[in-house]
Amino acid sequence: MKIVYMDNNATTRVAPEVTEAMEPFFRELWGNPSSMHYFGGQVARHVEDARAKVAELIGADPSEIIFTSCGTESNNTAIAGAAEIYGRQARIVTSRVEHQAVLGPCRKLGQTGFDVVELGVDSAGQPDLGELRKALQHAPCFVTTMWANNETGVIFPIEEIAGIVKSAGGVLHVDAVQAAGKLPVRVDEVPVDMLSLSGHKIHAPKGIGVLYVRRGTKFRPFMLGGHQEHGRRAGTENVPYIVGLGRACEMAREHLREGPGKLAALRDRLEKGLIAACPSGVLVNGDKGRRLPNTTNMSFRYIEGEAILYHLSDLGIAASSGSACTSGSLEVSHVLRAMGVPAEFAQGSIRFSLSRYTTGEDVDYVIAMMPAIVRRLRALSPFSPPEEQQI
Amino acid sequence: MWDYTDRVMDHFRNPRNVGVVKDPDGVGEVGSLACGDALKLTFKLDKDARISDVKFQTFGCASAIASSSALTEMVKGMTLEEAEKVTNRDIAKFLGGLPEQKMHCSVMGREALEAAIRNYRTGEKSKQILEGKVICNCFGVTEEEIERVVRENSLTTVEQVTNYCKAGGGCGGCVPSIQEVIDRVEVERKSAGAAAAARPMTFLQKIHLIEDTMAREIRPMLQRDGGDIDLVNVEGNKVIVAFRGMCAGCNVAQFTLKEVVEAKLREFVSGDIVVEDVKS
Repeated sequence: MKIVYMDNNATTRVAPEVTEAMEPFFRELWGNPSSMHYFGGQVARHVEDARAKVAELIGADPSEIIFTSCGTESNNTAIAGAAEIYGRQARIVTSRVEHQAVLGPCRKLGQTGFDVVELGVDSAGQPDLGELRKALQHAPCFVTTMWANNETGVIFPIEEIAGIVKSAGGVLHVDAVQAAGKLPVRVDEVPVDMLSLSGHKIHAPKGIGVLYVRRGTKFRPFMLGGHQEHGRRAGTENVPYIVGLGRACEMAREHLREGPGKLAALRDRLEKGLIAACPSGVLVNGDKGRRLPNTTNMSFRYIEGEAILYHLSDLGIAASSGSACTSGSLEVSHVLRAMGVPAEFAQGSIRFSLSRYTTGEDVDYVIAMMPAIVRRLRALSPFSPPEEQQI
Repeated sequence: MWDYTDRVMDHFRNPRNVGVVKDPDGVGEVGSLACGDALKLTFKLDKDARISDVKFQTFGCASAIASSSALTEMVKGMTLEEAEKVTNRDIAKFLGGLPEQKMHCSVMGREALEAAIRNYRTGEKSKQILEGKVICNCFGVTEEEIERVVRENSLTTVEQVTNYCKAGGGCGGCVPSIQEVIDRVEVERKSAGAAAAARPMTFLQKIHLIEDTMAREIRPMLQRDGGDIDLVNVEGNKVIVAFRGMCAGCNVAQFTLKEVVEAKLREFVSGDIVVEDVKS
């Protein structure tokens, strides 16, 4: 069966070059980089090599890079650390459309008595900067928000947000898990204090992440019990994955030269093709002008997302949905709800997220297959226009 | 992905009886776009008052579509009195089981069927009818509905109730009220069990009670799926049975043996009954 993988915001294929770079560290170079013998010591050099490559991708100094186990750990470290440093007199500011890895720890702090403010977004998914300015009238203030949204691909105006936060004297953590590798994410150009990255969204394996901490930023470690990462993250370094991530960052830099433009063209072809080929009642969610080049979130009216996904899956097409049935709860995606997308559209939302491995042929295959699925499910739906129902 | 059975996937991929019956005798509509699933069921009766034609339209996930399709297959040919006895468990069982979090799809099927029968009998448009006190405002679920899923499916936790009828799955404000319903049914269940256990019976009375329970509670359920069951022997608390028809060799027979036959006999005869298949 043909396989068309369009769920790259969930996870990406490990690049063959990355696997190749990792292999020696499973076979021969399996020493502990902290050891006082050549066998471990020779490995430490490769960890530092990878650190430099990660730093280069985001314009950081290698000493500002902390390796973690995943993006979720990076976010938790930043948020829990801020709570510890600034205490209950601090205000935590985030947005209603964050990933659960940010909303979860923030809401937990809210339950334990912290003042947590969740900024709203407009119908395009863009944050209310007026609300941000108002929230920042309190000090100390810790802001944690995303660079780009995982569900809609909407890019936040991070330069502007950073300017507002810094001029108000606040501390800014940015979850750049979806943005990194898809658009330039540069800490030498944008004054963020902390930034989270995840390996498996940029063609490295699952189980490796990064927290960037700008030199001079107050920091408290989350994982205790060892001197690794200069005491900022205890635990023996995951050497093969760190090496793999280094290689993936190198490839991401390469991709950023021409890749985003090509991806945006493919994504637009998919979007236009689907709108033209499917019966009416199809719309695109999120700010079309400021979106990740690889992502489209489309709503197919009168039908439900999970049913669409299963039919797509039968045809070898992998995508995801913000419908209630697939959200793991009984309510539709919190992102689409925050944007005010009506339930009838949100229930039928499908996210296609492409990667550098996506081809024009893949896109055409989805355009060719989707209309029949929409027609088939609309024929079943009591809400469809009568001419599309099977009576 | 959900762990759907092959039967669920078959009914999802090839739904039976899609559409709207022409000049229907009964129409039942439940659910809404906002809730994420909705079902419209229509049926027509023949001259013997049996369901001669039944069709559905469903907006919802794979298991909602499969549950609707299964329901239409199950009730075709039944009288309304027979159809009324179909429970959400029967629908789930027909499909070889549903993931716990998807049981509400089978409940939606049962509710649409009830609504359609009520529409036939009283002419009521059932869509907006909520009997009794609404407990879950997010999904509009009444105390009566919650009590019913708790009773029919022997539920013991709020999470299960959410899986079966969605109540409690939104803001969570009604969780204490759901717990109260569960506790109340639990108390009743325990006292009924104690009464059953306390009832002195001769061996002959016990066999009669087993036969009665099988005839009343178990056989109709199996016969609907083209199967049947016979009592072979009773040895103390061990009840030996034999599956017949479709049940013999059915791959969920062991499930049926424990979850249906044994559960019913424990409920109505004695709490310590163990049921075995004649082959084992």
